Amino acid sequence: MTITKNDIVKILSEVMDPEVPVLSIIDLGILRDVKIIDDRVEVIITPTYTGCPAMDMIQTNIRSVLEQNGFLNYKISTILSPAWTTDWMSEKGKEKLKSFGIAPPMPKQHICNPALFHEEEAIQCPLCQSYNTKMISRFGSTACKALYQCNDCHEPFDYFKCH
Amino acid sequence: MPVNISTYQPFNLSLHLADNALILGHRNSEWTGHGPILEQDIAISNIALDLVGQARNFYQYAAKLMNESSVDGKENITEDTLAYHRDAWDFKNCLLVEQTNGDWAKTILRQFFFSLYQFYLYEQLQNSKDSTIAAISEKALKEVTYHVKWSSEWVIRLGDGTNESHERILKALDDLWKFTEELFIPADYELEAANKHVGIDPSLLKSKWFQKVIEIFEEATIPIDNLSGLHSIGFYGKEGKHSEHLGYILAEMQFVQRAYPNCEW
Ligand SMILES: [Zn+2]
Repeated sequence: MTITKNDIVKILSEVMDPEVPVLSIIDLGILRDVKIIDDRVEVIITPTYTGCPAMDMIQTNIRSVLEQNGFLNYKISTILSPAWTTDWMSEKGKEKLKSFGIAPPMPKQHICNPALFHEEEAIQCPLCQSYNTKMISRFGSTACKALYQCNDCHEPFDYFKCH
Repeated sequence: MPVNISTYQPFNLSLHLADNALILGHRNSEWTGHGPILEQDIAISNIALDLVGQARNFYQYAAKLMNESSVDGKENITEDTLAYHRDAWDFKNCLLVEQTNGDWAKTILRQFFFSLYQFYLYEQLQNSKDSTIAAISEKALKEVTYHVKWSSEWVIRLGDGTNESHERILKALDDLWKFTEELFIPADYELEAANKHVGIDPSLLKSKWFQKVIEIFEEATIPIDNLSGLHSIGFYGKEGKHSEHLGYILAEMQFVQRAYPNCEW
């Protein structure tokens, strides 16, 4: 039987981000490519943030699903360029993120805005859907998130910030 | 480590970039659990994580280059060898990043000076002819942009805050300004890399950096009259000549690997 790229991608869709366990590495855009040369599989991934501590675990999990499915001849390569962006997160992934209680990234990047004390765009509360929210800290529970609070339901929540 | 340098390999530049990031990352991590408020504890720890991530990428690249160019091709240098098994005089970080944390104002000002420098540096290095250095820089630039923004806001908040915060940031300036000169004085390996279009001559970044510092200081009501000349302290960390602080950092950071070589957990 010939292995196709689709077979491998399907297997890899089981690999979840350990910090946001509802998202697969495909939803997040961490999986960049799969190459098959003869019967050797190459999985190409990219980190969300340079220091993302989840990358080691993600690699271990990729190894384990490949081996469970009988693929022993493989290689995992990490690339840094082009740099990961939240634009690569799938729409399905954004929906899943929201129902998990994390506000998904806005479609527009505002990291490039150099203005200081810049008013962030209104982020929708994933719990009560209100747009009346405020940023508490640009840095949240992990490198990829910022901390917000809802002014209506008063719940704090994570925002998966644009990057 | 016998290395064949007949073909140019930017491992000294990679080590320098890694050492800067590792040492400042380590310094910042000393705040973890001790930040002035929870959100800022998390912020400085996140910045530490970004910096250690940059360091890992540059160490991995330096290790790869060293292994490939070793005479017998049998070296087995890893990122850990470079971080944990080198002595102070082998480290090529600038003096600024090894300075003690002091109070929050000193930590903030050190971060602001360094992040701003890294911002202009990576902006150039993302066009490096060396594709790995270009890729690491392109990636890190996105994170450094956040660091610049965060630290600039804090410099303004402290400078234009209370009498006490204003006094503290002035004291921090007095402590740190003398270490900023080194950032823009090229080491041999930086010039060599610049000649090969792999690196850049950091003296070219100085005026942009200085202009931005002035701009933020004006908003922070920090007097700028005394900043005109960058004064020298006469020796440079980039060349392996360090202040007494680096030895203490390494003693703590390297202790486990030195006591139990190659241990893992
Ligand atoms: Zn709400």
